[in-house]
Amino acid sequence: MDPRQPLELLTVLIPLPPFLAFALIVLFFNRWKRLSHSIAIGAMGISFLMAQFVFWTVVGRGGETLYEHPIAVSIPWLPSADVALEMGIFVDPLTAITLFFVSITCLAIFIYSVGYMHGDPRYSRFFAYISLFATGMLGLTVSDNLLVLFIFWEIMGLCSYLLIGFWFEKPSAYRAAIKAFLTTRIGDVIMLIGIAYLYAQTGTLSFDAILRNEEVLHELAITPSVIPTLSVAAAVGLLIFAGTVGKSAQFPLHVWLPDAMEGPTPVSAMIHAATMVSAGVYLVVRMFPLLSVGLEHAAGTPPMEAMAVIGTFSAVFAATIAVAQNDIKRVLAYSTISQLAYMVAALGIGAYIAAAFHLVTHAFFKALLFLGSGSVIIGTHHEQDMMNLGGLRKRMPVTFWTFLAGGLALAGFPIITAGFWSKDEILAHAWAHNPTVFWALAAGALLTAFYTMRQICLTFLGRPRSHHAEHAHETGWVMTGPLVVLALFAVFFGLVGVPEDFPVLGEVTRALFHGNWFHHFVGATLGEAPEALPFNPVPVALSVGAALLGLLGGWLVYGWRPLAEGQPDPLLRWLGPVHTVLRNKYYIDEFYGLALIRPALWLAKEAYEGIDRGLIDGILHGFARLGELWGILNRWIHRYVIDGGMVDGSAKLVGLVGREFRQALQTGQVQHYLVSVLFFLCTFALLYLLYLGVTP
Amino acid sequence: MIPLSWYLILAAALFCIGTYGVLARRNAIAILMGVELMLNGVILNLLAFWRYGEPTTAVGQAFAAFIYAVAAAEVAVGLALIVVIYRSRRTTDIDQINLLKW
Repeated sequence: MDPRQPLELLTVLIPLPPFLAFALIVLFFNRWKRLSHSIAIGAMGISFLMAQFVFWTVVGRGGETLYEHPIAVSIPWLPSADVALEMGIFVDPLTAITLFFVSITCLAIFIYSVGYMHGDPRYSRFFAYISLFATGMLGLTVSDNLLVLFIFWEIMGLCSYLLIGFWFEKPSAYRAAIKAFLTTRIGDVIMLIGIAYLYAQTGTLSFDAILRNEEVLHELAITPSVIPTLSVAAAVGLLIFAGTVGKSAQFPLHVWLPDAMEGPTPVSAMIHAATMVSAGVYLVVRMFPLLSVGLEHAAGTPPMEAMAVIGTFSAVFAATIAVAQNDIKRVLAYSTISQLAYMVAALGIGAYIAAAFHLVTHAFFKALLFLGSGSVIIGTHHEQDMMNLGGLRKRMPVTFWTFLAGGLALAGFPIITAGFWSKDEILAHAWAHNPTVFWALAAGALLTAFYTMRQICLTFLGRPRSHHAEHAHETGWVMTGPLVVLALFAVFFGLVGVPEDFPVLGEVTRALFHGNWFHHFVGATLGEAPEALPFNPVPVALSVGAALLGLLGGWLVYGWRPLAEGQPDPLLRWLGPVHTVLRNKYYIDEFYGLALIRPALWLAKEAYEGIDRGLIDGILHGFARLGELWGILNRWIHRYVIDGGMVDGSAKLVGLVGREFRQALQTGQVQHYLVSVLFFLCTFALLYLLYLGVTP
Repeated sequence: MIPLSWYLILAAALFCIGTYGVLARRNAIAILMGVELMLNGVILNLLAFWRYGEPTTAVGQAFAAFIYAVAAAEVAVGLALIVVIYRSRRTTDIDQINLLKW
C-alpha cells in the first residue's frame, strides 16, 4: 500500500469537522450556547491539527518532493456519458502554505468570537455560520479541480451573505449583505463562464491535468479563442480573474467590501483576512501557470496585464480613500482592498512568490488588525468612530501593543515586521520589471503607512475624546489571546521569506531556514523555483523610505499634537474638497446607484408594470374576461332560452293549460262532473260495442 | 210469461229517469231520490237476469237484499250530509253548494 495513503485520507478529512459542527449546531444544539461554541471550536481545532500535521509533514519532505509527488486523490463524482466530473484533493506547496495560515487564523477567530459575540441572542447561529465558512475555505484550499473549488467558493459567498447580514435588524446590515452578494455574483458568473469555457476546451478542470501539463498549457496558448487576438488561455484567464475581482474586492467590484463591515467584527476578520478575499487571490495564484502561459514570448499576457493595471490602480485608489475614513473598521476594509491589490499587481508583473508571501503575511496582520479593532469596539461599548476614541493605550494595553504590531506590519515597517518583507519583495519585483507599477505601489505604501499611523494615533494616543473611550476597559483573554498569537506571526513570519543576499539578516536566516525558505518551498509549486532577484538596495531604500515617511507624516499630523475633543480632522482643512471626494469614496457608490442600480430598478419597474402587469396579466385578464363574457352569454342563454323557453316554458304552458281547463271544467258543481262521467261512460260503452262488442 | 226484454226496458227506463233526476234537479234531496231510482233500476235488472238465468239458487234475491241494505245506509249518510250542509249554508240548492271547487 502506498505509504502516502494516510496523509491523503487526513487531507480529505480536513474540511469535514467544521461542517459537522455546522450541522450539529443547526440541527441539535442551537439552544445551548456554551455547547455550540465548544463544538465549533473543537471541530476547528481538529481541522487545525490535521492541517498543521499535513503542512509540517510536507515541509519535512521539501517543496521539490511535494511537486514531484503531490498529495492527490480523486474519485469520479458526476459520471456523465463517457466522462466523469471528479472531486478530490490536491496538495502542493501553495496549498500547504494556505492550509497553514487559514487554519491558524480561523482557529484564532473562532476563539476570539467567544468573547466578541458574548451575549448575542443568535450566538449559536453565529458559530454555525462561521463553521460553515471555515468548511468553505478549507475545502477550497484542498480541492483539486475548478468545479469543486467553485462550489466551496460559493459556499463562502453564501456564508458571507449570512454573516454580513447577521444583525439583520439593522437595515444597513441587510442592505450590505445583499450588496455583497450581488456584487460578488457578477464576478462569480463571469468566472463560471471561464470555467465552462476551459472545460469545453480541455475536457478537464483538474489543476493537475491543466496547470502541470506543459502540452495542455501550450495548446491553450496557441488556440485562438472566440475573441480575436486572444488565445483561449488568455480568455479563460481574464474570465477567471473576474471572479477574483469580485471576491477579492478589486476595482470596479470593490464596493461591497467596506459595506460588509456591518457584520460582526470576527466576520470582518474572517472575510477580509483569513478566508474569502484570500480565496480570490489564492485562485489567481493557483491559476498562475495558465494566466502566464506564453510569457516567454512577450512582456506580459493579457490576463497579467489586466491584473497589473487593476491591481496597481486599486492599490492606490483604495489607499487614498482609507486616508479619509473615520470608521475604524472601514479604514481597515480599504486597506484590505489596497493590500489585495498589491498581490494582484504582483502577479500581474510575474512576482508569483511575492504575491503568495504577501497573501500569507497579510492574512496574519489583517486578521490581527480586525480583531484588534473588534477588541476596541467591545472595550468602548461599540464606539467605532475614531474621532470619538483616543487615549486607549493605557486603558487597553494588550490591544494597543498587538494592534501596533499589526499596524506596523501593514505599513511595512522595516525589518521587524512580516509585512515589510512581503511588500518589499513585491516592490523589488516591480522595480525590476515595471517602473510604473513600482512608483504607484510605492505611493500606495506611503499612503498605507500614513493612514495606519493616523488610525493608531487617533485610536490609542492622545486623550479620550468621548465618554466611552474614557471608560474603556481591556477585553478578556479569549479576545486578547488570539491577538497575541497573531501578533507573533505578524512580526516574525516574515523571517521565513528574507532574501538570501539581504545584508546581515540573509546570513541569519540562511543559518535558520537554509536560506529563503518561503521562496524555495512555494516556488516549487511551479516545478522549479524562479531565480530570486539579486538584492538591490534602491527599491528597498525607497520602500523603507515610503513606509517611514508615511508613518512620520501620520505621527506629525495626528500623534505629535493629538486632536482634542470635537476638533476636526486637520486633513479636512488642507485637502478641502479633495477630502470630501475621498470621504465619499470618489462617489463610486453614487455613480453605480445612478448608472446601474437606478436603471436596473427602473427597468424592473417598467418590466413589472409593462410586461408583467400589462402584457402577461393583460393576457390572463383577457382570458378571464373572455371566460366571464362566455359565462354571461351562457347564463343569458340558460335563463332565457333553456330555462325560460324549455324548462320553465313547458311548465308554464302546462300550468296555463291546466288553469284554463280548471276554470272551464272544475266548477265545483257535482252535476257537471256527473255529466262528464256519463258522457265518457257512454263514449267508452259505444266504443266497446263498436269494436270489441257483441258480435254474436 | 212476460219476456225478459220487458223487464230490461223497465229497468232502463227507471235508470234513465233516475239519471235525469240526478243531473237535472236542483234540490239535493231530489238528486238523492234520483239515485234511489237508479239503484232500483239496477236491482230490477239484476233480479230479471237471475230469474231468467239461474232461478234454482237464491243468489239474485240475496244480492238484492244486500243492495237494499247498502242503499239504505247510503241514503242515511247522504241525508245526514245534506242536513249538515243545510245547517251550515241554509240551502239545499246544489248550484250553491260548490265547496269542491278549488
